[in-house]
Amino acid sequence: MRRALVGCLAVSVAAPPLGVFLMLRRMSLTADVLGHGILPGIAAGFLLAGLSVPAMAAGGLLAGLVVALGAGALSRATGGREDAALAALYLCALALGVALVSMGGGSAELTQLLFGSALGVDDAALLLMAATATLSLAVLAFAWRPLVLECFDPSFAQAVGARGGVWHMVFLALVVLNLLAAFQALGTLMGVGLMMLPAVAARHWSREVGGMVYAAVGIAVAASFGGLLLSYHADLPSGPAVVLVAGLGWVVSLLFGRVDGVTARLRRRHLAG
Amino acid sequence: MKAPGVIRVENLTVCHERRPAVHHLSGQFAPGSLTAIVGPNGAGKTTLLRALAGLHKPQEGRIRAADRVALLPQASSLDRSFPIACLDAVMLGLWRQTGAFRAVAPAGRAQAEAALEAVGLRGFQRRPVGSLSAGQFQRVLFARLLVQDAPVILLDEPFNALDARTAAEMLALVKAWHGEGRTVVAVLHDMELVQRDFPETLLLARDPIGWGPTAEVLTAANRLRARQMAEGWAEDAADCDLASTTMDRAA
Repeated sequence: MRRALVGCLAVSVAAPPLGVFLMLRRMSLTADVLGHGILPGIAAGFLLAGLSVPAMAAGGLLAGLVVALGAGALSRATGGREDAALAALYLCALALGVALVSMGGGSAELTQLLFGSALGVDDAALLLMAATATLSLAVLAFAWRPLVLECFDPSFAQAVGARGGVWHMVFLALVVLNLLAAFQALGTLMGVGLMMLPAVAARHWSREVGGMVYAAVGIAVAASFGGLLLSYHADLPSGPAVVLVAGLGWVVSLLFGRVDGVTARLRRRHLAG
Repeated sequence: MKAPGVIRVENLTVCHERRPAVHHLSGQFAPGSLTAIVGPNGAGKTTLLRALAGLHKPQEGRIRAADRVALLPQASSLDRSFPIACLDAVMLGLWRQTGAFRAVAPAGRAQAEAALEAVGLRGFQRRPVGSLSAGQFQRVLFARLLVQDAPVILLDEPFNALDARTAAEMLALVKAWHGEGRTVVAVLHDMELVQRDFPETLLLARDPIGWGPTAEVLTAANRLRARQMAEGWAEDAADCDLASTTMDRAA
């Protein structure tokens, strides 16, 4: 349990900033696709070696990178209108993953892989989570400016030779790594939640990328604490518990956030009227 | 050897979304010239401008341009709600000095602040661009061009959807660049504006119809011909086998 908390905190520090960039690039769906896309790889690792972290992580990494490249190719082939194709892709990946896990294990393993288990976080998983967080933060610190430029004005980025494409691939690789790190504690289906929900909620607290990132990390950390407590006391799987608390954070932000929150808007209208 | 502000194109053909958008264009934008690119919708004006900026690879022919070309993209191609402060957006124009990693020097910061003032946005440093009007947003993009300080400046519909006052002030900036000897090329729709303020014109209808002094190019006969060509464009034009967007720069 303590391991799960430390692990979730590590993920909470690294994943939400990536989520903020995904949201700003209108790629929230891509995170979902990647989250589901790693499942067949994890399942293959599970079939070959049981619940071993290195095997599942290697399989998931491979599958995630394949899906990331595939999604990029789909995006180009469909001229940016890729959402339907992406939805098809992630449904197939999810079905394949569940089928593979069912071949090699029972419903207990399936639940653990899909929804996470706080007790499933062993030393190897914790190491993976910590290493991922460290790497992600370091790369984000370096790649901040190209990422911002590429989101804001891609033509300009290309015109000044900012190599947006390269940074984009590095960024997607980080997203895959973070989803892998999250899945031990939260499950493949729920890992995306700790990346995207705090990011979406953070949009209501700041008008600058930096502020959004801080807000997102704060919300994710709180969701990790609250969710794991909820999971322990109410005997829920850890993934849904953490994501539910993050979801609560989003609803609160939507209602009471400073930027475009419902009450802020009402108050402004009241003052204007 | 070559002047910094010259752009020469030789038998240039560029594709957009796998259809040829500009056919066999040859000529040059002389150093210090102020040229308008006009033509009917779908005539390849934006594609040509983006090719000159190195964003589209030529299907055929070549572009010889200065290394330092500043591009003002169409405002509609940007995410105007993006959470970035005005000063930070302008400082992105310092990319050539800072690259991806180096810090912005105090001189660069001062330059960006001066540029914001020059476009009439004093005191907007910390304002997020999402809170700006269309005209103010365009002013920020012009400030970024000022900071880029390039010998060649390419503008894609720079005065579209602007209020009259902003359009006039931005036009004054364009004329100032012309006065400083920079090469300026602008895609425009407003013929009156072109005839009044742009000495050179390239009339494009995928094929070049005319290129030279504005009064000689914008004749009634030429404009009619451009319109007729636009009506004849069929959807079944031959596909280009090359993806139109690449990172390569054909300098």
